[in-house]
Amino acid sequence: MTYIAKPKLHHPALAPNALGFLRRDYEGSVSTLCAGCGHDSISSAIIQAAYELDLPPHRVAKLSGIGCSSKTPDYFLGNSHGFNTVHGRMPSVLTGANLANRELIYLGVSGDGDSASIGLGQFAHAIRRGVNMTYIVENNGVYGLTKGQFSATSDRGSKSKRGVVNHDSAIDMVSLALQLGATFVGRSFSGDKAQLVPLIKAAIRHPGPAFIDTLSPCVQFNNHAGSTKSYDYVREHNEAVNRLDVIADRKPIEVDYEPGTTISVTQHDGSVLSLHKLSEHYDPTDRIAALSYLAERQAAGEIVTGLLYVNPEPGDLHGALGTTDRPLNSLSDAELVPGQSALDQINAGLR
Amino acid sequence: MQPTRTEGPDYYHKVVDCQWACPAHTPVPEYIRLIADGRYDDAYMINWKSNVFPGVLGRTCDRPCEPACRRGRVEDEPVAICRLKRVAADNKVDVMPLMPPVVAKRNGKRVALIGSGPASLTVARDLAPLGYELVLFDGEPRSGGMIRSQIPRFRLPEEVIDEEVGYVTRLPGVELRLGQRIDSLKALLAEGYDAVFVGSGAPRGRDLDIPGRKETAANVHIGIDWLSSVSFGHIEKIGRRVIVLGGGNTAMDCCRTSRRLGGEEVKVVVRSGFEEMKASPWEKEDAIHEDIPILNFRVPKAFTHENGRLTGVTFEIVRAEYDEKGRRNLVSSGEPDEHHECDDVLVAVGQENAFPWIERDIGLDFDRWDMPEVNPITFEATRKGVFFGGDAAFGPKNIIWAVAHGHDAAVSIHRHCMGEDVHDRPPPGFSLVSQKMGIHEWSYDNDISLDYRHRVPMLDKAAALKNVRVEVELGFDTRLGLAEAQRCLNCDVQTVFADDLCIECDACVDICPVDCITFTDDGEEPDLRQRLMAPALNLDQDLLVSGGLPTGRVMVKDEDVCLHCGLCAERCPTGAWDMQRFTLEMTHADQMGGAA
Repeated sequence: MTYIAKPKLHHPALAPNALGFLRRDYEGSVSTLCAGCGHDSISSAIIQAAYELDLPPHRVAKLSGIGCSSKTPDYFLGNSHGFNTVHGRMPSVLTGANLANRELIYLGVSGDGDSASIGLGQFAHAIRRGVNMTYIVENNGVYGLTKGQFSATSDRGSKSKRGVVNHDSAIDMVSLALQLGATFVGRSFSGDKAQLVPLIKAAIRHPGPAFIDTLSPCVQFNNHAGSTKSYDYVREHNEAVNRLDVIADRKPIEVDYEPGTTISVTQHDGSVLSLHKLSEHYDPTDRIAALSYLAERQAAGEIVTGLLYVNPEPGDLHGALGTTDRPLNSLSDAELVPGQSALDQINAGLR
Repeated sequence: MQPTRTEGPDYYHKVVDCQWACPAHTPVPEYIRLIADGRYDDAYMINWKSNVFPGVLGRTCDRPCEPACRRGRVEDEPVAICRLKRVAADNKVDVMPLMPPVVAKRNGKRVALIGSGPASLTVARDLAPLGYELVLFDGEPRSGGMIRSQIPRFRLPEEVIDEEVGYVTRLPGVELRLGQRIDSLKALLAEGYDAVFVGSGAPRGRDLDIPGRKETAANVHIGIDWLSSVSFGHIEKIGRRVIVLGGGNTAMDCCRTSRRLGGEEVKVVVRSGFEEMKASPWEKEDAIHEDIPILNFRVPKAFTHENGRLTGVTFEIVRAEYDEKGRRNLVSSGEPDEHHECDDVLVAVGQENAFPWIERDIGLDFDRWDMPEVNPITFEATRKGVFFGGDAAFGPKNIIWAVAHGHDAAVSIHRHCMGEDVHDRPPPGFSLVSQKMGIHEWSYDNDISLDYRHRVPMLDKAAALKNVRVEVELGFDTRLGLAEAQRCLNCDVQTVFADDLCIECDACVDICPVDCITFTDDGEEPDLRQRLMAPALNLDQDLLVSGGLPTGRVMVKDEDVCLHCGLCAERCPTGAWDMQRFTLEMTHADQMGGAA
């Protein structure tokens, strides 16, 4: 952590976005995490993404659980709504908030302990229900706040800082999210903002459950030889299948790459994701192929990153439930309490 | 590009923009920290060592440091460095015990110094502790040169001059011969001095030879001569309507002095545009504040007179045209000439050095402008043992330049007198020391003040205009001084990067408030400058570039707007970044010891 607040002075060349905000306006209070923590880079990527998307800060709700990762919403989007919930319970609080007000942009921030251990069930059900949100797991494979025990995402065979070998199988949250029906699934690395920032932007624009597993080295407890979540290990084994270059409101003009190396995915809201293919045969719209590719590369010891799956026509919980189009707090008493005749009609319909 | 070479004093010295810009390389952030700490005596001595006249310069310096100040690039205005110097001078208690000891033993060498202005006094101060016998000649009855004769008392009180000139003239071995003008260098050389230093300034004010000049002589005065007469009490009045011709700092002193000697309608008329005037912006502001209009683009054509009395000045109205090389020409605007009535005119259109008293047959070469040829590093003339400094060397500049010349000339004189080569000069010493005191603690205050520049309190205008000897600026009090000192970014506390410790975690990139740091693929400098977090478009400012890192990238830091807040070092998990204080030790003659 740092004792002084980050000085308000900024580079004179910083440009405002369409709303007139500078990137610095999307910051939060100064981080109290350890120096070098990957989570701070993810916060910085979220700030950059929100700035570039011209997000109105008051239209964003950030929710988190408990843990190092779940502290981070304090460190970005300081002018947005925030809810630091109970350990592992962020997904259900987020689901409730989303049902009450579908017009906000929901950002769920969690860690491998919060989402893969105590909150695994919550995670699973929020994804399978199709809540429209961006769910970011800051995955360091270790319980940092309690001094470095293995977490549920630690790979079998990896070593703790003190040399203990992990005997348990790891939960792969990306595979889980794909099986459970997430319509946008990505994996990235806190040390690669060029990949991470466009992914977060695309996830926020995605009108369905979007999940990003972000490997985020814990410098204090999981950045040693024998760890599979260290800066060095992730860099050595990172296999990016594609690079998301542009998110545009219409089909972008492609000039940079050889023909056939770019794939465009048009989403339901008209936005176009332009992906530069790094792995020749990878098709990010084929969920089954994605699952098997992930399993294959995982067995080979590689960490597959990039936009792994996107369904351009996702549904969401509101669509499934047929809820009202408007936030509950904007409904009048008459709409909320329609009266005896309305009840009679409903009862009649059930006879 | 090649990794930045930070060995040697220059790279990090250049980062301290103020110190680099100061001709005497005063360690500005160091003394500002001492002021913030209430250690005024120590802050004064840091200045005294570098620039000899902190109290004088704290009121009158041309401040080359302030346009250079990094703070001016991250917000509106630079730190008020100059007026902070005055805070140290005003609030010091007793600096005598801190003055360097003087050796009792004389070294038997005699040096004559012509003029007793800032250049000569600097030479004397640097050489006296080494045991030299120093004889200062001055044509005026009092020492101090232009500090005393040309700068008006309402900007610089007599006591300040007496005190700081006194610190030099009281030194053992220094002998003052006032009222004794040297009229032959040949005769002086014949007296057998081991060296002669010419610090006689640029004492000749340029005249304006236009019609009517002869007839109006009684009411048309040369600016610097007139100021000098006011300073020495020979002139106490001026007419009600005064026109000052010229746009430099002397013109500003002339008009403001006139306002205090009975001038009610005082105006400055200048050939150039307002923006291009030579006067410092703050001096123009001060003049305007005293109800003095500045009329620009007017070229004086004639002094008008009636019955032998000056009645006014006629001006041609011009405009600026720039040729393809960007050179300015003033061309007639075609508008009819203007006539401005007045009772007195002060001519402040420049000044020059003049050496009628230097014989041309003594082995001292003059150039085609009839100025002595002086080596810009050693300050030696073509005749061995004769040195020049201050305005006498390269024309009119500011006091701080005279001091810088004096230091360099003193080194040369010492080497000359010790029989050494004057071209063989000791380099400055320097050091870099980590300022880390604890995990998040530094020996300096890195919490940056967001205050805007504080204004210096002034005496009420009506009171100020009543008396030419009452100081108009009141100076910062200690509370304002502290607040202004806190605006300093501590640029001498350097961000030092160790390539081999970096794990490329991006923590420094994320925390840097001004986007100085980028990890990127290597490239040539012009390309690299475009690819940074914030493009590095200020080419005067260097890039700190690391060697290749494990991912093959390089770390590039643009020094331009770095706040020196140390957050990169605080967030660095491996100590690859460290905040280290850079100290530059200029080599002055008095530190060189008896044998050069």
